[in-house]
Amino acid sequence: MSSTDMKPGIDPNTMSIIVTKGSLDWAYPPFILSTTAAAMGLDVTMFFTFYGLPLLMKDLSLQVSSLGNPAMKMPMMGMHMGMPNIVSAIPGVDAAASKMMKNLIKKKGVASIPELRDLAVEADVRMIACQMTLDLFEYSKDDMIEGIEIGGAATYIEVATQSHINLFI
Amino acid sequence: MADQLLDAKGLNCPLPILKAKKALKSMDGGKTLEIQSTDPGSVADFAAFCRTTGNELVEQNEEGGVWTYLIRKTG
Repeated sequence: MSSTDMKPGIDPNTMSIIVTKGSLDWAYPPFILSTTAAAMGLDVTMFFTFYGLPLLMKDLSLQVSSLGNPAMKMPMMGMHMGMPNIVSAIPGVDAAASKMMKNLIKKKGVASIPELRDLAVEADVRMIACQMTLDLFEYSKDDMIEGIEIGGAATYIEVATQSHINLFI
Repeated sequence: MADQLLDAKGLNCPLPILKAKKALKSMDGGKTLEIQSTDPGSVADFAAFCRTTGNELVEQNEEGGVWTYLIRKTG
């Protein structure tokens, strides 16, 4: 039996993602999965909340931080180098690490986040910005890209009840 | 000979799939698309893409680190 039998009445080609993180590295999984799912014929909804919300802003200034991230080891001088927290905490280190990451992304033919986001918009991925987060962090809908919706927990839950795949990232 | 060619060399996941989907979208049913990719992950991904979308993976080859896929639009 197929897995679709587990959710009777739900279209198997539906997916929702709750996007809760907005750093350069964590922006990738939700946008890669949403664009790919849309390319494979799925109806996709993304719900942007808390630190995920800035990923909808017109002007993206994405950064990565090596602070508290022992798994972040960059290929350098033929080896993989991590960053001790005491170094990560120095002002400017995040900016340098972010620049290094962006260079690596470009060099390896990995799409940029603005590029993936454009592709998601183009593929009619439904994007919902969390109203509470907008209020909490004092953002306005005008700061965000065109074509998004505003909603809250109930809006997401309704989507989730109609989606076969529900992810939290 | 494929009806259309997509050069996705140098692109990493998920760009070859996204660009292939875009190309297929603009093609008529029954037409074929040849994709060239240097992404080793594209082997599993194009197979999964075709299984899920119902497009036919007619053939695939690898030569010198370049994978070539021939997909017929049937999905």
